[in-house]
Amino acid sequence: MSLLPALPVLVPLSAAALSFAAWKRLAVQQAIGVAGTGGLLAAGVALLAKTAGGAVLVLPVGGWPARFGIALAADTLSAIMVLLAGLMGLAVAVYALADVDRPRKAFGFYPFLHLMLAGVAGSFVTADMFNMYVWFEVMLLGSFVLLALGGERDQMAGAMKYVTLNLIGSALFLSAAGVLYAVTKTLNMGEVSTRLALIAGHHPHLVLALGALFLTSFAIKAGLFPFTFWLPASYATPPVAVSAVFAGLLTKVGVYALLRTFTVVFPVMERNFRILLLLAGITMVLGVLGAVSRFEIRKILSFHIISQIGYMVAALGLSISPDPEIRRLALAGAVFYIAHHIVVKTNLFLVGGVIRRLTGSFDLKRTGGLAKSAPWLAVLFLIPALSLAGVPPLSGFWAKLMVIRAGLSAGEWLLVAAAIAAGLLTLISMVKIWNEAFWKPAPSPAPHPRPGRGTLLAMTAPIAVLALVTVLIGLWPQPLLDVAGRAADQLLDPAGWAKAVAGDLR
Amino acid sequence: MLWTILLLFGLAAAAPLVAKFAKGASGWLLAAGPAAILFAYLAQLPILPGESRSEVWEWVPGLGVELRFVLDGLSATFTLLITGIGALVLVYAGGYMAGKAKLGQLLSYLLLFLGSMLGLVLSDNTIALFVFWELTSISSYLLIGLDHERESVRSAALKALLVTGGGGLLLLGGFVLLGIAAGDLGLKGADAFSISALADLDLSAHGLYPAIMVLVAIGAFTKSAQAPFHFWLPQAMAAPTPVSALLHSATMVKAGIFLLARLHPALGGTDLWTALLVPVGAVTMLGAAITALGQRDKKRILAYSTVSVLGILVTLLGAGTVVAIEAAVVLLVAHAFYKAALFMVAGNVDHGAGTRDVTLLSGLRKAMPFTFAAGAVAALSMAGAPPMFGFVGKELFYGKLVTAEARSTLLILVAVATNVALVAAALLVALRPFVGSSAGVAKNAHEVSAPMLVGPLILAAAGLFVGLFPDVFDATLGSAMATAIAGQRVDMHLALWHGLNPTALGVMGLSAATLVLGAMVYHRTRRLLAPLAEALSRLRAIGPETWYEKGLAGLVTGSDRVTRGIQTGYLRHYVLAVVVAAVVLAAPPLLRSLPGAAPLFPEAPRPHEALLVAVAAASAVAAMVLRSRTAAIAALGATGAVIAMLFLLFSAPDLSITQIMVETLSVILLVLVLSRLPRLVTRSSRSRRIADLAVATLAGGTMALLAIAATTVSLDPEAARFFAAASYTEAQGRNVVNVVLVDFRALDTMGEIFVVAAAGFGIHALLRLAPETGGAA
Repeated sequence: MSLLPALPVLVPLSAAALSFAAWKRLAVQQAIGVAGTGGLLAAGVALLAKTAGGAVLVLPVGGWPARFGIALAADTLSAIMVLLAGLMGLAVAVYALADVDRPRKAFGFYPFLHLMLAGVAGSFVTADMFNMYVWFEVMLLGSFVLLALGGERDQMAGAMKYVTLNLIGSALFLSAAGVLYAVTKTLNMGEVSTRLALIAGHHPHLVLALGALFLTSFAIKAGLFPFTFWLPASYATPPVAVSAVFAGLLTKVGVYALLRTFTVVFPVMERNFRILLLLAGITMVLGVLGAVSRFEIRKILSFHIISQIGYMVAALGLSISPDPEIRRLALAGAVFYIAHHIVVKTNLFLVGGVIRRLTGSFDLKRTGGLAKSAPWLAVLFLIPALSLAGVPPLSGFWAKLMVIRAGLSAGEWLLVAAAIAAGLLTLISMVKIWNEAFWKPAPSPAPHPRPGRGTLLAMTAPIAVLALVTVLIGLWPQPLLDVAGRAADQLLDPAGWAKAVAGDLR
Repeated sequence: MLWTILLLFGLAAAAPLVAKFAKGASGWLLAAGPAAILFAYLAQLPILPGESRSEVWEWVPGLGVELRFVLDGLSATFTLLITGIGALVLVYAGGYMAGKAKLGQLLSYLLLFLGSMLGLVLSDNTIALFVFWELTSISSYLLIGLDHERESVRSAALKALLVTGGGGLLLLGGFVLLGIAAGDLGLKGADAFSISALADLDLSAHGLYPAIMVLVAIGAFTKSAQAPFHFWLPQAMAAPTPVSALLHSATMVKAGIFLLARLHPALGGTDLWTALLVPVGAVTMLGAAITALGQRDKKRILAYSTVSVLGILVTLLGAGTVVAIEAAVVLLVAHAFYKAALFMVAGNVDHGAGTRDVTLLSGLRKAMPFTFAAGAVAALSMAGAPPMFGFVGKELFYGKLVTAEARSTLLILVAVATNVALVAAALLVALRPFVGSSAGVAKNAHEVSAPMLVGPLILAAAGLFVGLFPDVFDATLGSAMATAIAGQRVDMHLALWHGLNPTALGVMGLSAATLVLGAMVYHRTRRLLAPLAEALSRLRAIGPETWYEKGLAGLVTGSDRVTRGIQTGYLRHYVLAVVVAAVVLAAPPLLRSLPGAAPLFPEAPRPHEALLVAVAAASAVAAMVLRSRTAAIAALGATGAVIAMLFLLFSAPDLSITQIMVETLSVILLVLVLSRLPRLVTRSSRSRRIADLAVATLAGGTMALLAIAATTVSLDPEAARFFAAASYTEAQGRNVVNVVLVDFRALDTMGEIFVVAAAGFGIHALLRLAPETGGAA
C-alpha cells in the first residue's frame, strides 16, 4: 500500500495550514506558496510515473476496508489531472509574486490558493462519492474567498453569483450522493459502479434520473450550458492570477467529474450521453459567440472557457459509440483536450495580465502597440492563442483533430459542424485581441509606466514555460497521446477499475 | 527532404538577428538558404514520368500522421518554383525594405512561409499536408499585416486569414472523412491518410465521396481565390511587393491548385469533380480578367489577373483530360515566372516613380530601362505571345478546348474573352507606365538598386528560355508532373510550332485574334476604365465581399444580442434557469419509472407518523410565508426538530441526537445574525411569485419522487452493517455517527474542518480588506 495517492491532498493542505500559521509573515507565505505548489507538481509527476503503466493506486484511508471507509485512488487520469493542477498552481504562485497586490497577499491569497488546490486535487484522487463532495466544498470555499478578496464592487457582484449558483450545484450533488447511498448502500465509487450496473437492469429509469442529477451538478461546475451563467459573471473580476488558475482548473474539475462518473461509475446508458452531446454542441457555439461579442480581454477569455468545455464534453459524449476504436479515440481525445486546454487557458489569462501591466487596461479599446513595444509578448501570446483556435502544429490542433475525427467517425455531423464553426469563431476572437492589443498602434500618446524588470520576469517566466509546454505538445504529441490513451483504456474498463477501487485486489 | 524544410524554419527564426547585424546584405545572406535548397533539388533532375522518391519520418503514429515526403514531377516543380522564386524574393525584399525597421520581420515571415509551402507540396500525408497548409495561412496573415499600424491592412489580413482559415477547417473535415473512407476501403493507420495510397482505391463509389469532394474543393477554392471566395486576394495587396510576388506567383494561391492536382488521381475523373471545378473556374477566370481592367493600381490589376489565371487552371484540372493537364502544367509554370516578375516590376515602379496608378504613370522607359526590359518580356509571356512559355501554355489551352470531345462554344468564348482581357492587362501594367510622354511622374523617377532588378530580370529570362526550349522542360520535369497529376503516363512534347494541320491552324488563329483584340481593348482602356470601375463598384455592393463584411458585422451584433439574452446579469434568472434545467433533465426518466414502482405507502402510516410529517410540512410552508425573520427561523427549526423525531422513531438515536444539535445551533446562530435585519418585504409581482412557486414545486416534487423511487431498491446495506458491527469492537466508540465522523470517514471531517477554519479566515479577510479601508488596489 502506497501513501502516494494522499500526497495531492496532504501537500496543499499542509501548505495551507502552514500559511495560515504564518499569517503575518508574507515572505514565508510566498516561499510556502512556491514550495507547496511545486510539491503538488512533484506529487503529480510521481503519481504519473507510477500509474502510466496502467496501475490503479488505492489507499484506504485509516486502514478501514476500502469499501466501507474512504478510499483514495489514482489512475492515469487522476495522475494527469494532479500534475496539471500542480503545474498551474506553481505557475500562478510564481506569477502572483509580482501580480497580486500586497494587501491581498497579506489577507490570505496564498493559503486560500493552497486550499483551493487541495479541493481540486482531492476531487481528482478520491474514490468516494461523498468525499468528492467534501473536496468540492473545500474548493468552493477557497475559490470564493480568492474571488471576493479585495471586495471591489464588481468583484462582490461576481462572487455572489458564483457562490449562489455553485451552492445550488453543491446541494444537488449532496442530494444525489444521498440518494445514491440510499440506492446502492455504499459510497465507494468502485462498489457503486458494480452495484449500479446490477440495478440498471431492473430499474433503468431510476439510474437514469440519478445520473441526470449528478450530470446537472457537475455540469454546473463545468460551466456547461445552461448552467454556465456564474462563469462569465465572475471570472473577469478578480486579479488575473486568480482568474488564470480558475480558468485552468475549476471548470475542469467539473469535466473530470463528468468523465469519471459517466465512464466507470455509472453504467453506460445512451440517454446521459445524448444529453451531454446536445449540451456540448450548444455550449461550444454559445460560448464562442459570447467571446466574439466582448471587447474586454478577460471576458473574451472567460467565454472561451465555456466554448472549449463544449469540446471536452463532446468528446466524452462521443464515447457512447458502439465502435471500440471510436470510444477509445473519443475518451483519449477528451483527456488530451483537457490537458491542452488547462495549459493554454491559464496561460492566456496570464498574458492578459501582462497586457494590462504594459498598457494599463484589459479593455481592448485602450490597448495597443504591443507588437512594437513588446515583441516577445507577441510571440508568447500567439502560441496559446493560436493553440486555442486549433492552429497546427500546436497542442490545440491535435485535440480538435481527435474530437472532429471521433465525431465524423460516429456520424455526428451536426456536432462536428458546430465544432468547426466554433473553431473559426475562436480564431476570430483571438485575432481580435491580437489586432487590438498588438497590431493596433497604442491609442494614447502618454505611455503607461512600464513595470520593473523583476516584476516582468516573475510574470513572464511562467508564461514562457507554459508556452513551451504548448509547443512541445504540439510538435511532439505522441507521449501525451500515449498517456491519454492509457487513461482512456482504464476508463473503458469499469469492471477492472471498480474491482481495484473497491479494494478487491488485495 | 525534411532538412530543407527545417532549414527554412531555422532561417526564419534567425532572420531578425541577421537583419539586425547584416542590414543591407541580409536579403542576399538569407537567400543563400533557399538557393542551396534549389540546387539540391535541381540535382535530383531529371525526374521521369511515374518516378517518385520518398522519405518517411514518424510523427504521431497514434493518429496516423507521419511526415512522408514524396518528390515526384508535381512536387519537384513546385519545390523548384518555391525555392527559386523564394530566393529571388528574399534578395528583392532586402533591397525593397533596405533600412526599414521591419526588414527582419519581413524576411522572417517570408522564410516561414517558404518553409511551410515547401512542406505542403512535399507532404504525402494529408494531415501533415494540412499542418503546413495552415502554416502558410498564418504566415501569409503575418506577411499581409506587416504594416499593421493601418486599419485597412489589419482588416485585409483578417479577411485573408478568415477566408483561407475557414476553408482550411472544411478541408480538414474533408481530409478526416477521406481517411475514414480509406479506412473503410481497407487502409490502416497512416496509410489511410497517405495520398499516394489513395489513388488505387475506388473512392468515388464510397458514400462519403460527395462530402469529401465538396469539402476539399471549398478548401482549394478559398486558398486559390476562386469565386466567390476570391475577394480576399486583391485585398491582400496591402502587403509590400515582395509579399505579393510570393503570394501570387509561385506559392500561396497555387496551394489550392496544387491540392487539386495532387488529389486528381484519387478524387478526379468523376462527374462531380468536373461539375464543381469547371463552372467555378470558368466564372472566376472571366470575371477576374474583366475586373482587372477596371483597376488603376498596378498591383490590383496583377492580382485580378492572377485570380483569372487560377480560374483557368481550375477549369483545366476540372476537365482532367491529358491535354488539359498538359496545358495546366505549362500555364502554371509560365504564370509563376511572369507574375513574380511583374509584381517586382510593379514594386520597382512604385519605388522609382512613387506611384502605382496606371493612369498617372507614363514615359518611364528612359528612367528605368532594366525594369522596363524585365516587365516587357514578362508581359509578353502573360499576353501569350510567341516565343514565350505563356504562348505555349495558351496554345495548349486553346487546343484542349478545340479538340475536346464535347466541344463547348461557350467555354471557348469565355476562354478567348478571358485571354483578350489578360492581354490588355499585360499591356496595361508593362507597357503603359514606360511609353508615352515622360513629362509627369517620370521626371523625378530613377532606376532601382541591383537587388530589386535581379529577380525580375532572371524570372523574365527564365520565361523566355523555357519558351524557346520547351522540350528541356518536358524532358526533365514536365512529363513527370503531368503524369503525377493525370495518374497515368503522359509524355509531353511541347513546341512553339505545331506544323500545318487544321487544329493547329485553328488554334493559331484563335491566338492571333486574341492578341489583336487584346491590343484593341488596351487602346481603349483609358475610356473604358471609368465606366468599368463604376459598374464594378455597383457589382461589389451585391458581391461576396459585401456578404463577408455584412456577415462579420452581423456576427458581432448578433452574438452580442444572443449573449445579452443569456447573460442577463440577474441572479434570479440564472437560478431559475438552472433549476428548471435540472428538473427537465431529471424528471422524465423518473416519471417513466413510476408505473413499475412499488406503491407509495407499502403499509399505511401510523397516525403519529402522519402527524409529524404534517407538522414538518406546515413548518416548511410557514418558513416561506412568515414576514418576521425570527419567526421564519423558528419555523425552519421546527422542521428540523420534527425530522430528528422521525429519526428517533425509526430507531436511529445517534442520528437524531446529531440532528437536534445541528438544528439548535443553526437556529441560535441565525437568530443572532438575522434578527437585526429589517422585516422581509415582498418585491416581486404576483405572477412572478406564482411562476416561482411552480418551479419550486416541480423541483421539490422531483426530489421527492427520486427519494421515493430510491426505496424501491433493496440491496445489502453492507457498509452500514460494518459500521454498526465495527464501531464498538474496532473503533471503540458507542455512538456510530460519531465514529463514522471521526474514524471511518475521518477524511471527510478533516476536509470540513478545513472548510470551517478557512471560512473564519476568509470572513476576517473579506471584512478587513474592503475597498473603504484602502485595501485593494
